[in-house]
Amino acid sequence: MLKLDIFLSALANGLMTGAVYALIALGLTLVYGVLHIINFAHGAMLTAAMFAVFICHAWLGIDPYLAVFILTPLFFGLGYAIQRLVISPASHGDDSNILLVTLGLSIIIENGLLMGFRSDTRSIDVPYGFSVIEIGNLFLSTPKVIAFVAAFVVAGLLGLLLVRTDTGKAIRAVAKERTGAALSGIDVEHIYAVTFGIGAACLAIAACLLMPTFLVNPRAGNAFVLVAFTIVVLGGMGSIGGALIGGLIIGVVESLSGLYFGESLGQIGIFLIFILVLLFRPTGLFGAKA
Amino acid sequence: MLEVRGLVTGYGGVPILRGLSLDVAEGEVIAVLGANGVGKTTLNRAISGLNHVMSGVIRFEGEAISGLSPPEIVARGLIHVPEGRKIFPNMSVRENLELGSYRRGKGNRTRNLERIFTIFPRLLERTDQFAGTLSGGEQQMLAIGRGLMAEPKLLILDEPSLGLSPLLVEELFALIARIASEGLAVMLVEQNVVQSLELASRAYVLEHGAIAMQGLAADLKRDPELEKTYLGL
Ligand SMILES: Nc1ncnc2c1ncn2[C@@H]1O[C@H](COP(=O)(O)OP(=O)(O)OP(=O)(O)O)[C@@H](O)[C@H]1O
Ligand SMILES: [Mg+2]
Repeated sequence: MLKLDIFLSALANGLMTGAVYALIALGLTLVYGVLHIINFAHGAMLTAAMFAVFICHAWLGIDPYLAVFILTPLFFGLGYAIQRLVISPASHGDDSNILLVTLGLSIIIENGLLMGFRSDTRSIDVPYGFSVIEIGNLFLSTPKVIAFVAAFVVAGLLGLLLVRTDTGKAIRAVAKERTGAALSGIDVEHIYAVTFGIGAACLAIAACLLMPTFLVNPRAGNAFVLVAFTIVVLGGMGSIGGALIGGLIIGVVESLSGLYFGESLGQIGIFLIFILVLLFRPTGLFGAKA
Repeated sequence: MLEVRGLVTGYGGVPILRGLSLDVAEGEVIAVLGANGVGKTTLNRAISGLNHVMSGVIRFEGEAISGLSPPEIVARGLIHVPEGRKIFPNMSVRENLELGSYRRGKGNRTRNLERIFTIFPRLLERTDQFAGTLSGGEQQMLAIGRGLMAEPKLLILDEPSLGLSPLLVEELFALIARIASEGLAVMLVEQNVVQSLELASRAYVLEHGAIAMQGLAADLKRDPELEKTYLGL
């Protein structure tokens, strides 16, 4: 009986963490699907967002769940500006240059944070940090339940945006047919920047959801993005639904392998999956066939 | 309506068109003919802002548009239905058409959709089908329909008959004639000489980066030089 409880609680924990992983992967996969590049600055941007949450809370006294309404538009704007003013002009329209530019960006952000905050690990103290929600014999961390629900709401909203709005349709159009999009009157550069902005906004939301239970240091984002990258590959590069399901799977795998192989080996299961997917289904679970 | 004067354009600094001039008047259907690789698509790309204009000028309704971006040119009502259709394969027929009015004609979207569906009933049967799974002819109709959604003043069609069966070409040209009869100017870029000259009032023949022949379609049809020039003998 106890065994089952532990298993269930690990499962629930995995699902909840997985939902936030999915949110981080969502931005990565969207940018890949539309701009056809892997944003190497994704991890550093997540770290920056986590520090932004830290600053909001520690210096300005703003609760993370309130900060989300400030940081999401702020990071959208930052992402938009970075794509429009830095990545696009510096890459001269060459995809391989974009990779280098985002790599350079990540180095700048990371070292900027190191300069400002040293390599110390910081956390924020919120009153609900250790509160739990009791469901039967399960005790679920309240911030994690909130993160789980919020991640789904965000994914749903993003889905609606992509399907229902002209901007969303333009994003999908640009992803597959740039020339046709331009000739339909779509400003491709603008859409790239919007997409990049959405990716950054997802990171800001993820950061607000993470900070009540996680720690931040200038390299904190990298670990998440490594996992997010696995999710993107598992779900199929560029697939939104794939990122969501992939995130949940990876969250559960990490949690269960932590349970059975020990906490420090929790990520082994993830990379095992990564290798298996690359070997047997390189297009991912939901990716288009090559 | 459209004035091209001394247009020089190409790729990577190498000119393909070297001083090309042509005109399209309001409500007129003209044909632009020329052998493979002569630069017809390059001309269209320059007019719609995809290719850099190295020298010369392109004017639309009296205003220079060379140097404007493709969306800005679309906003003025100059719509280019490109060679190879360039529809959005991952989106439904309806979504493709809706995006045609992304920049222009948004207010009349519903009405124009209905109009497109009466012109191309085949599209109405397939509104929710992914555009990438349409047949070649249906894709061409979708591409033209998407262009019409922007309420064009001038419609550039780049080889609409490419890869279609003779019967479908017949149908397509009849449809283009019908669209043009509503007062829209059309620049028809084609390999299909006979049918294009039937449809157009005037025609230009492109050769060696410039206009080699031009005149009334009826005259060109009877010109033995045309075949020679066109086939590049
Ligand atoms: N992106 C490009 N980069 C370099 N050269 C190009 C490019 N696109 C076309 N060209 C060259 O420009 C020339 C004109 O090409 P264009 O596509 O305009 O010909 P076209 O008249 O439309 O031919 P077709 O009837 O086969 O469509 C060709 O020699 C072609 O190889
Ligand atoms: Mg061509």
